[in-house]
Parts: sequence; C-alpha cells; structure tokens
Amino acid sequence: MKLLIQSILLTVIFTIITGILYPLAITGIAQVAFPRQANGDVTLLAQKFTGDKYFWPRPSACDYATVPSGASNLGPTSAALQSNVAARVALLGTNAPADMLYASGSGLDPHISPEAARFQVKRVAAARTAEVAKVSALVERFIEPLQWGFLGEPRVNVLKLNLALDQQESGGHHEDQARH
Amino acid sequence: MKQNEVFQLLAFFGLLVALAPLLGAYMARVFDGQPRKLERLIYRLGGVRADEEMSWKRYFAAVLLFNVVGIVTLMAIEMTQAWLPFNPQHLPNVPWALALNTAISFITNTNWQAYSGENTMSYFTQMAGLAVHNFLSAATGIAVLLALARGLKRASAQSLGSFWVDLTRATLYVLLPLSLVLSVILVSQGVVQNLAPYRTVKTLEGAEQVIPGGPAASQVAIKQLGTNGGGFFGQNSAHPFENPTPLSNFVEMFGLLIVAASLVYAFGLLVGDKRHAWCLFGVMLVLLVGSFAVAWWAESQSAGNMEGKEQRFGVMNSVLFAVATTGTSCGAVNAMHDSFTPLAGLMPMWNMMLGCIAFGGVGAGLYGMMMHVLLTVFIAGLMVGRTPEYLGKKIQAWEATWAVVAILIPNFLILIGSAVACSVATGLAGLNNAGPHGLSEIFYAYASASNNNGSAFAGLNVNTYFYNLTLGGAMFLGRFGVILAVLAIAGHLAAKKTVPASPGTFPTNGLTFACVLFGVIIIIGALTFFPALCLGPIVEHGLMLTGRNF
Repeated sequence: MKLLIQSILLTVIFTIITGILYPLAITGIAQVAFPRQANGDVTLLAQKFTGDKYFWPRPSACDYATVPSGASNLGPTSAALQSNVAARVALLGTNAPADMLYASGSGLDPHISPEAARFQVKRVAAARTAEVAKVSALVERFIEPLQWGFLGEPRVNVLKLNLALDQQESGGHHEDQARH
Repeated sequence: MKQNEVFQLLAFFGLLVALAPLLGAYMARVFDGQPRKLERLIYRLGGVRADEEMSWKRYFAAVLLFNVVGIVTLMAIEMTQAWLPFNPQHLPNVPWALALNTAISFITNTNWQAYSGENTMSYFTQMAGLAVHNFLSAATGIAVLLALARGLKRASAQSLGSFWVDLTRATLYVLLPLSLVLSVILVSQGVVQNLAPYRTVKTLEGAEQVIPGGPAASQVAIKQLGTNGGGFFGQNSAHPFENPTPLSNFVEMFGLLIVAASLVYAFGLLVGDKRHAWCLFGVMLVLLVGSFAVAWWAESQSAGNMEGKEQRFGVMNSVLFAVATTGTSCGAVNAMHDSFTPLAGLMPMWNMMLGCIAFGGVGAGLYGMMMHVLLTVFIAGLMVGRTPEYLGKKIQAWEATWAVVAILIPNFLILIGSAVACSVATGLAGLNNAGPHGLSEIFYAYASASNNNGSAFAGLNVNTYFYNLTLGGAMFLGRFGVILAVLAIAGHLAAKKTVPASPGTFPTNGLTFACVLFGVIIIIGALTFFPALCLGPIVEHGLMLTGRNF
C-alpha cells in the first residue's frame, strides 16, 4: 500500500516536472530564440509541384499529404514498387537520378540531389522560355553543401529554388528574402 | 566510400569513445552521492525516505507498481484527451486497444507506435503523457542496472538500494539536463516547438497545405537520449520537422547512444573494475560497427537504394541510424527499414534479436549484456571444472538459470509470436509486402516488441485488435520478465560473500574474456534465429538477385 501511494505521488510529481514544466520551458526558449524554426519553417516540407515551369520534388507515397505523411514501405522485391518506378521512368526518362525515381521516407522530403536539379533544368527553362544558362546558374547557386563541411549529403531545397525562379522572372528583386 | 563519409564515421565513433568516460564518471558520482536539495523536496512530497533500502523483491514490486500506475494514468490521459487542454486540433479520444498498446509501449521503453502522432495524439497527451514516460521508462532501466551493480558490489547484504532514489536521480541529474541541451540544439536546426493549432498555407501552385506543429523538440530530445524512439510525428526522424538537417541527424544519432555507452563506464566505476567496463564497451562497439558494415555494404549495392530515404541523409546516414537505433533499444528511424534491401534490413533485425545490447537501451542494454556475461563465465567455469566467479561473486546454478531465463524470454516471445501471427488470418491481413518480405515484416514486429525496441517494418498494419494486444503482451513480458530475472540475480548476489580472486579465476577484464563473450552472444543468437532468418531476409536476398518480384 505504501508503495502504491509512493508510485502515485511520484508519477504526479514527475508529470509536473517532465511533462509540464520542461516542455513549456523549452517552448519559451524556442519562441524567443528561434521563433521561425519553432513555428514550422514551410521550406522544410515539400510542396506538390506538377507544372513544367517548376522544379519537382522527390516522389511522395502519400501524395505530399502532411497530416499524416507517409512512405511506401515497399521492399526491393515488391512488384508494386517496380511498377511505381517504371511509371516514373516513363514520365522522366531512363536517365533520371535515383532520388527522382524512389519515394522519400517522410513523403515530404524538401530536397533533391544536385543531379536531380540539373536534370530538370532543360524542362523548366523551356516552359518558362528562359535561357538554360540562367536557370542552370540559379540551380548551382542553390546547391547546399555538406553541413559543417562534412555532414550529410549535398542537396537543393526545391521550394527555395522555385521561389527564386519566380522572383528572377519577375525582375530579380528580393531574392535573398526568398532564400531565408 | 566517400571521404566525407569516412570523416563522419570517425567523428561519430571518436566522439562516442571520448565522451562516454566523462559522462560515465559524472553519472557514477551522482548515483552514489548524498541527496541534494531539489531531490530532497521530491522525496518529501512523494512520501519517500531516501535511506530506506529495498530487498530485491520489494525493489521489483516498486518497479512493477510504479509502471502499472503509469500504464493506467497514461491510458486515462489518452482516452480522455478530447476533454483535456492543449488539444487545438480537437483530436478525439484514443480507442481503448490502441491506448493500451501505446501505454504499455511507452512504459516499457519500447515506443512501438500503431498510430501517427499528428492525427491521433493531442499536444497534452504527447507532453504530459508520452514524453513523461520517455523519461520515466529510461530512468527505470537505469535504476534496475544500478540495483544489479549493487548486487555485485555488496557482500552479505539484504538490500539493493531504493528504486525511488535511483529513479529520481536518473531523471533529475542525467536525462533532464541532457534533454534541455539537446532540445535547444534541435530547435535551432528547425525542429518545431509550439502549442499553436496547425496552420494552412498556399503552395506556389495554389493548393492548400497544412503545416503541423506541436511541442516536438522537447519530446524528440528525450526520445533519443532515453533510447525510447517514439516519434512526435508518424514518420519519426525521417520527418523534416523532427530531424531537419544533417547536424540534427548527427546529434540525434549521438544522443541515442551516448547515455547507454556512458552507463557502461559508470558501471565499471560502481563495481570497481574499469578494465572490465572497457571490455564490455569493446564487445558492444564491435557488434555495432560490424552490423553497420554489413548493412552499409548491402545497401550501397548498385546505385544505392533511395526508397524510403531522405536526400539530406543519403544511404550512409540512414544505415548508421538504423543499426544504432536497433543496437540500442531506441527504435527511432530516419529511413524506412521496410524498404531496405534484404540484408540491410536483416542487420537491424539481428541487432534486436541479440537483445538490443550494443549499447542497448539505457540501463536495459547493459543489464541484458550482464546476462550474457554471467552465462559466459558459467560456461568458462564448466570448461575448466570449477565454480566460476564474476567480480568476486560465485556464479552458481541459481544465477545461471535466471540468466538463461532472461535471455530466453524475448527469444521465445519473438518466435512464438511470429508463428502465431503467420498462422491466423488477422495476422496475415496486415501485410504490406508479399513473399518472404512479408514474413520479415511480422518477424521484425515481434523482435522489436519483445526486445522493447519500437522500430518497425512499418508497412505492416498493426493497428488491429490482434496486433495491438499480442504485441502489447510481448512488450510487457519482454520488459518485466527480464527485469524480474535481473533483480532476482542481483538479490542473490548481494547476499553472497565476496571471494578473493585466485589463480584459478577466469579474468573478466582481458581479451580472452571479450572474445568468449562475443562468441556466446553470436552463437546464442544464430542458433535461435538462423532458421527463421533463412526463410525471411536471406531467401529474399537470393530471390532479389534472380529478379523475382512478389
């Protein structure tokens, strides 16, 4: 009986400390120090792009739904996966980079590989009747290098690139704002 | 193998080996010292006397009661969340079978999830329910380890310390401060931390997109540090709001290993044998790095498999996360294990089948490893025909029996559970993949639940009565069955006298011991699981090479 009372009291005490005070303190710190990140940076979630004038993100098994998002969870011997990939090859061509053929883990991967971005330059430039060299230069500018020089993989944020494209077309102002 | 990948690996494991002794020394100090001010206040409010020690039976009763109270309160919060505060999305109450499964899952440090947080759990349930038990289940694991260390250290003693004191100190001095630091780092990288309702934005092409939110960073931090693994969002650490950058990924992977690794060193200090601790550390590191090497090789064949992976992490960081999360009992994922190539998916499964002992769940990994250690010295003793000793304690039939029980409980649950699920229609109805990969999905689920890991071949639809209840049972028995065996051993060891080492004693701090221990672990794992693994990932690998699809 004594153990039961102690169990209940300590559960209540630790719920207050780790379940109320701790998360509220972190929320306070986060909202003061990093408000943009803490409230959800929209450039971190892939948007669905289908038009030719925009760069496309990686395939999404949940069609870019956010609540909740999801992955295919199909294994390499799955016939369903093979037919999904075949459909993407039919759309993009046989030389499309792997990250454009395989769906991401979150279903919301905001990034594509630099190769996948370069691969789409021609299509986007043609749809916008823009110079290939100009679009190409923009892509190169938006390649994010390895973090701290050695962490992760090189990548391009699709939404930031597309925002910059629109801005470039409308006269090139405020590009830096779009990047941040 | 690219240069930057090698550098990442060196930095990662180098930092782990360098920081574990520092944090371990700190832990050993706070676990054994006099009560401090805040701690004393908690004892007073909780009606606890810090100097009141417990026998092994009372210690176990306290662990069990405390956790049962946790299951009941957590279920109550889940099932009434619609009427509680901090529910801006007006999410309904959680149905009972899912609430029960989730409660057992978080209490047992498993964090198996048959739901997606963003459309199931209110902010209040996540914060005041799930996150709390991320702390307390981790602290419970540490407490049981401390009791075992005392059993080895004390001679002719009747008690193992106080569960309440161990629980409080692990939470207050280890888990909470580390979580504060880690959550701020995570927010700086883009992990969300707010209490606002989800907002809707217009996409560039004019559609509407809902941006989810919530107090994620504070929960993700302890989810990693406490080797819990339950994602705030359904896609866990693959979700950009839960793991946005390569740096956040690095600290999340580091977080899920560092506490367990430091505990090995702390254990060495507590029992007074640092070299023995380094032996255990070495065996764990070899198990972890070995499984990583195989998985990385398998996953890098042909162009590298990107299905279920995120571009910012790529193949290497996805595989490293996968083996780290299963070598420990974390179970967080940053890529979908279900989509790994067969041999790369085999390695996380293998890590769990060995019992999540490299470096294991906080506390749980090391006390699981201890069971293998006791078996190892017992076998070594049989070979030379004398009663084996471990750290000055005679290891006799009682200890060996309970050690075998502790090792066999999860193994039994995995094999029997999978066999049942394969033979009933409700079990097979949940499959997402056909052929041998389907068997792997079921096999993985029971391996994960029984060893309190929580990662999944997530294609399997487990939010059914059958899986919620059988996996819930596996989690509960896998956790408290093993804890019962560990505490029984600890109690019996404490009561024994310490015998001085003699020339006939098998030294447990050298290379010979490490090799025998490694052998025992691998042989037990292989004997138990090789036949079943042949039917799953191994045959799938062969079929994949011949181009067979299902």
